[in-house]
Amino acid sequence: MAEADGGKFIGKPILRKEDQRLLTGKGQFVADLKLPGMLHAAFVRSQVAHARIKSVDLSRARQAPGVVYAIAGPELAQMLPPVPDTQLSLPRKWTARVQHRFQNPQQPLLSHDKVRHVGEAVAVVLAETRYQAEDAAELVEVDLEPLPAVVDPIAGLAPDSAVLHEHYGTNLIGDFVVEKGDVEKALAAAPRRLKRRFHHHRYAAIPMECRGVVASHDPRTDSMTIWSACQVVHWLKREASTVLALPEARIRCLALDVGGGFGVKGHVYPEDLLIPFLAREVGRPVKWIEDRFEHFVSACHSRDQIHDVEAGFDDDGRLIAFRDEFYVDCGAWNPIGSGIAYNTAVHLPGPYKFDHFSVRANVVATNKVANAPYRGAGRPEATFAMERVMDLIAAEVGLDPAEVRMRNMIPQSEMPYPLGIPYRDGEMIVYDSGAYPESLRKALDAIGGLSAFREKQRAAREKGRYLGLGLCCYTEGTGVGPFESATVRIDPTGKVYVAGGSCPQGQGMETIFSQIVADVWKVEPQDVVMSLADTSGIAMGFGTIASRSTVTLSAAIHQASEPLRRKVFTIAANMLECAAGDLELRNGAVGVVGVPGNEVSLAAVAKAARPGWDSARPPGMAAGLEETAYYEPPTVTWAYATHAALVEVDPELGCVAIDKYVVVHDCGVVINPMLVDGQIHGGTAQGLGGALLEEMSYDADGQILVGSFMDYLLPGASDMPHLDLVHMHHPSPLNPLGVKGVGEGSAIAPPAAIANAVCDALAPFKLEFNETPIKPERVVRAIWGAQR
Amino acid sequence: MTKLVDVCLTVNGRDYRGQCEPRTLLADFLRDHLDLTGTHVGCEHGVCGACTVLFNGEAARSCLMLAVQADGASITTIEGLAQDGKLHPVQKAFHENHALQCGFCTPGMLAATIDFLNTNASPSEDEVREALSAVLCRCTGYQNIVKAVLAAASQMRPRQDVGGAVNG
Repeated sequence: MAEADGGKFIGKPILRKEDQRLLTGKGQFVADLKLPGMLHAAFVRSQVAHARIKSVDLSRARQAPGVVYAIAGPELAQMLPPVPDTQLSLPRKWTARVQHRFQNPQQPLLSHDKVRHVGEAVAVVLAETRYQAEDAAELVEVDLEPLPAVVDPIAGLAPDSAVLHEHYGTNLIGDFVVEKGDVEKALAAAPRRLKRRFHHHRYAAIPMECRGVVASHDPRTDSMTIWSACQVVHWLKREASTVLALPEARIRCLALDVGGGFGVKGHVYPEDLLIPFLAREVGRPVKWIEDRFEHFVSACHSRDQIHDVEAGFDDDGRLIAFRDEFYVDCGAWNPIGSGIAYNTAVHLPGPYKFDHFSVRANVVATNKVANAPYRGAGRPEATFAMERVMDLIAAEVGLDPAEVRMRNMIPQSEMPYPLGIPYRDGEMIVYDSGAYPESLRKALDAIGGLSAFREKQRAAREKGRYLGLGLCCYTEGTGVGPFESATVRIDPTGKVYVAGGSCPQGQGMETIFSQIVADVWKVEPQDVVMSLADTSGIAMGFGTIASRSTVTLSAAIHQASEPLRRKVFTIAANMLECAAGDLELRNGAVGVVGVPGNEVSLAAVAKAARPGWDSARPPGMAAGLEETAYYEPPTVTWAYATHAALVEVDPELGCVAIDKYVVVHDCGVVINPMLVDGQIHGGTAQGLGGALLEEMSYDADGQILVGSFMDYLLPGASDMPHLDLVHMHHPSPLNPLGVKGVGEGSAIAPPAAIANAVCDALAPFKLEFNETPIKPERVVRAIWGAQR
Repeated sequence: MTKLVDVCLTVNGRDYRGQCEPRTLLADFLRDHLDLTGTHVGCEHGVCGACTVLFNGEAARSCLMLAVQADGASITTIEGLAQDGKLHPVQKAFHENHALQCGFCTPGMLAATIDFLNTNASPSEDEVREALSAVLCRCTGYQNIVKAVLAAASQMRPRQDVGGAVNG
């Protein structure tokens, strides 16, 4: 922990290493890659939600200009039988502690028996140019026998519903229960109760760069290189090894510059595996770049949960018992298994203290695009339910929502706080550090004080203007396992080389890890050589999901650096003829403490460590200056925040204008405050987009109603408010630097904060907004309904 | 096979002569024929703005234009903004204000900003936000982009006391 204190670079707003190339057009994204002889792929995708495939006719497509190869699902299934499950396994401690049942439908690389959502790939065409591939794909004739579509997860559980995965005999592909205390008894005895249904709608990550894969097979060595715009190159290597029947040592996976991920690129897709398979089949490199329409209909969506909640509380607004049965509209496949639903379950309690809790999750297959993690990954849905309940309790007992939260929050004196339920790593949750009530107080201060706002709100109402305050408090487990890897090597030039399993998509990892390494090794950030998102840099790695990279990779770097530093000191002591204990790192060198000038450079130590005739290492010491470590976090570390939104609702037009938006957050020790602010700005914008604008809508036949940015509205610069950020710093006790994850957090709160603010603004109409998105049309209709 | 057409244009001060199908989009021509992959394609339907370039000095979506329409035009892409290894003031302001994360929308943001500041040298924050709504960014929430544009404007503003024409 010593390096964190008094670090020269940690905590400083150092400008990014990544910028120079990205600002001058010298970055390289997967779409920019051009290989000799490369073919281009275009997919034929289902236009209906649910149907049996009768036949696929490729004959016209195969004769189209430029076409080299075409294949459909049924034929591919013959060539490439289904492979065993390579999903994330469930930790043994978790399976022992949580009553659960999960089915695991495996998505084929191309559909061969049925299509299960609009956009599912049925066939693929390879041609000399992308234009030719798309032309030919239009000529493929797919004969489908339509089946009834499942579009509502609750209706999908009815005995007479159509079933997506027929061998299970049900659309319920996952369920589990998490409990503490005795919720039934406590609810029955509670002085007051309320029951509500909440719906957090379907929206998605929508990075500006769509997905993309390029693969090239080298017949000389029978090895495969896969470039994928993905967050998990090592996971891709593992799956590719199985599908291609190649040793992992013959596969290299890289992500180049990646144009945003936010979770949607956080697992392996069929295209990631099919493109390499085809490249080997045809003996030429193959490139597939997803277009925006394909992205809407085949890259995973997220959120989309219905919660039936009953809460018991007393006349003072204290929560006693909370019961929730929720339904995940999972789409046709479930790439991350229990991940989202379990995140939802254990993030429901948030920063509040109550004794009786029960949640039952139902993961339901529907004829929609698969549901997978997106920034927040199940937490926004949980937070929406709990934070609406807090406001509803406040309305029932006639207290301010801020006061109800304050009364229910875990006081700082009780930290660290054992929550009494297990996290998804199987460890019992302990909120390790923080001050929840203080975050709420700071948020209220930052909006100018609660009573001042209430006064302004009263005055505005008298003039027919509707102002509202919405609060949202949450906790977030960050830095989850199972592990992350780092190799640290002292280069012969004295530069420090670090390879890690993390995969950046814009977070600025080259910069922040350079800062960390610079402080650990007492070098300048420009003397750090980072290699990320490349499996040739390190054989095992995990990847960038779940707000984990800063936490886990920084710890792995520390873990690898400790023995390496000891070795450096031992060799340097041999060279300087002193005791290793008298040495310190300084200015890219090793020197005797208190004796300026008496030092050897890291380059000289690296040279001395080389094997061979000129080696100057002590007898018996292994050659080389390189260490690899796998950091296995004991469990997650808990970040938290309070968001406060001040809005004005126009009752005629239904528009919600955000007058002020405050984020008070705690991610422990900050490596680069400028980059942390950037993460919070971006996450909040995504949360606000979800709350107010973005919606993946489907009709009753399972037809998706979104196909372009004309009907899926991303927030633009003029839709976004200026954000006011307040930072708290309670270091995590669980890792060497005291850091907590910050990547996802700010996307969690905005939907609940906005819903609460709109309800508060429209309190005179006694309206409740328990569903998102809060679009103008819905606001106006609600007001009309209330006035009738 | 469709007959190919000739396209002659100037990109980043260099003259190019090429042949392409009439349907080839300008964005694809720049990226695939001229290997100028700094221009990004994010939606191919003219909403996201990542493909924005300076077309005879004005911001234009290169995904909504055919390469043949650019015949005879002068185009500046992100590759042509820095001069003699020195960043354009807008590029510099983006770096100093952390106005990019993944960098995918950045080529469009830079082109839109340069065009905007050519027409409005002293914009308000609201005007900047309005102008930037031509390009979507998913990473930054726009806050630091707005800050960078305002910083670039103040850097680039012709000094009033020098006299001569001042862009209004």
